[in-house]
Amino acid sequence: MLLYTRRAQRIAWAVFAFFFLLLFALPFGVLVLAAFTKQWNGAFPSSYTFSNVTAAFHTDPLDGLETSLITALLSSLIALVLGTWAALALDAVRNRVGKTLIQTVFMLPIAVPSVVVGLALLVAFSQGPVLLNGTNTIVVMAHSILVTAYAFQQVSAAVTRLDPAYEQAAASLGARPYYTLLRVKLPLLLPALTGSLALCFALSMGELGATAMVYSANWTTLPLRIYALDDRGHQFVAAAVTAVMMTITLAVLLVVSRIRTRANYR
Amino acid sequence: MTTVTELPPPTPPAPAMPSSRPAAPANKARRSLAWLWSTPPILLLGAAFLYPLYLVVKQAIEGSPPDPTNPFKVTTSFMDTLKDPGTRTVIKNTIQMAVYSTVGCLVLGFVLALIIAFVPFPGARAVSRFIDVFLSFPSFLVTVSIMFLYGRVGMVNHIASALTGGRHDTPINFIEYSPWGIWLAELIYFTPFVMRPLLTAFSQIDTGQLEVAASLGARAGRVIWQVILPEALPAVFAGGSLVLMLTMNEYGIVSFTGAKYQTLPVLIENFAKEQTNYAGACALAVINIVLSLALFAGYRVLLARMSGGRRAAVHA
Repeated sequence: MLLYTRRAQRIAWAVFAFFFLLLFALPFGVLVLAAFTKQWNGAFPSSYTFSNVTAAFHTDPLDGLETSLITALLSSLIALVLGTWAALALDAVRNRVGKTLIQTVFMLPIAVPSVVVGLALLVAFSQGPVLLNGTNTIVVMAHSILVTAYAFQQVSAAVTRLDPAYEQAAASLGARPYYTLLRVKLPLLLPALTGSLALCFALSMGELGATAMVYSANWTTLPLRIYALDDRGHQFVAAAVTAVMMTITLAVLLVVSRIRTRANYR
Repeated sequence: MTTVTELPPPTPPAPAMPSSRPAAPANKARRSLAWLWSTPPILLLGAAFLYPLYLVVKQAIEGSPPDPTNPFKVTTSFMDTLKDPGTRTVIKNTIQMAVYSTVGCLVLGFVLALIIAFVPFPGARAVSRFIDVFLSFPSFLVTVSIMFLYGRVGMVNHIASALTGGRHDTPINFIEYSPWGIWLAELIYFTPFVMRPLLTAFSQIDTGQLEVAASLGARAGRVIWQVILPEALPAVFAGGSLVLMLTMNEYGIVSFTGAKYQTLPVLIENFAKEQTNYAGACALAVINIVLSLALFAGYRVLLARMSGGRRAAVHA
């Protein structure tokens, strides 16, 4: 409690409501409004239509949706495996140098600008023995690198919170390390695993910087399609595609948070 | 198996085993394996990311030699790129925009987090949930949204021109043609990144302290300045350095405004994709990496301090 008079509290709430509505709620509202707009010549749209949203599900952007979903699914799964593996390795390695090495390597993609991640892949795989420039592999690769850092961060935070008594009990009962890992540690980590999978999926769905560097015409993700639509003056369709993308991301987050609460009760 | 056991143990006892257990030969093997098992993810990320990153630095330093097979390829060296006045303006823009956005986010984030934490209202929990969801949305979404609001043909302009009787065509004209549109979008998108560490820090503050201060006659302003702010300072710095880094690396928001005001990531993309000036792009990338790595290191140190020496930070 900071403010003790009713008046002061009301002023504080009014300040909060003002900024929250103006900066966070209003832009979202307008985006959704624009998604259903046919013509907008005055303060408010003069006529509404559903065709932007259906256009978002037709041929051109739909390919983007498919591409985005496949890319996000693949890269978040890769990130989950790699990130979890690295997080468990961080926990298992006991010497300082090894710990610092793992931490630095796996946090680096967060610190490096996403455009630079794309540039690095472009420079490395446009020449030399492995040629990936213009393939869909390089897009998935860029996304995987970027989201692995977040998976690692989330899972390793959960690993440090893990009570060592469980795995010590399992080990004292004669369980081998892989058995302890599969039957004790991973089930205990399940909420963190699903949580980081959802985060990685969401981040990959919205990734733009690295994708802009490495994409090819036959593997163009949704954010790039939205950029192209916006650039060509199809603002309302761009808004509709953005809204569809947001809805899908939200749905995935919601579904995964359900799984998470169920796992918590086990 | 025998070759593995003969390796010198590179690590002290693995954590999976209780320390009281006697070191049997089987244990020794397991210890070496534990070390081996941790290498594949590092090797994989090393090949897919660290090696490409090394190539970027290498090409930035070496520059690009003239290529007879590709006459359109621009040849540059690191110094050429740095000396170019256009590049310098972009570097200045990048730092300027990052600093302005961060200051804005810190002020707004501090005020909003303060109200959520200390002047609680029904629905405050829902708001902080909303913030968590917001953090997983793409940044360009904000630019797309505010275009409809404050853009050249946006809602606010229509209302304003209706109010002024249509004398001015576009009374508000900052999204497409000035840096303020980028600033506003970054303020909206990155403020939640400041609020999250702040809310954590605020939840750790003993409310008894605030009540004692208030009962001794301190007004709200003084309680914030002398009690809450010192306690939350590590979180402020942690959030600030994170946002400074993220805004410096931001691509989506800037490119969606049409990129009339360029920052480093946008120029890197432009160099590589439109001008096929890879050496120049690499040189800019190195500058961008150095800037953001320094900030990220600062963020990690402050975050560690926030969880470890909270008291020490107060008395420093």
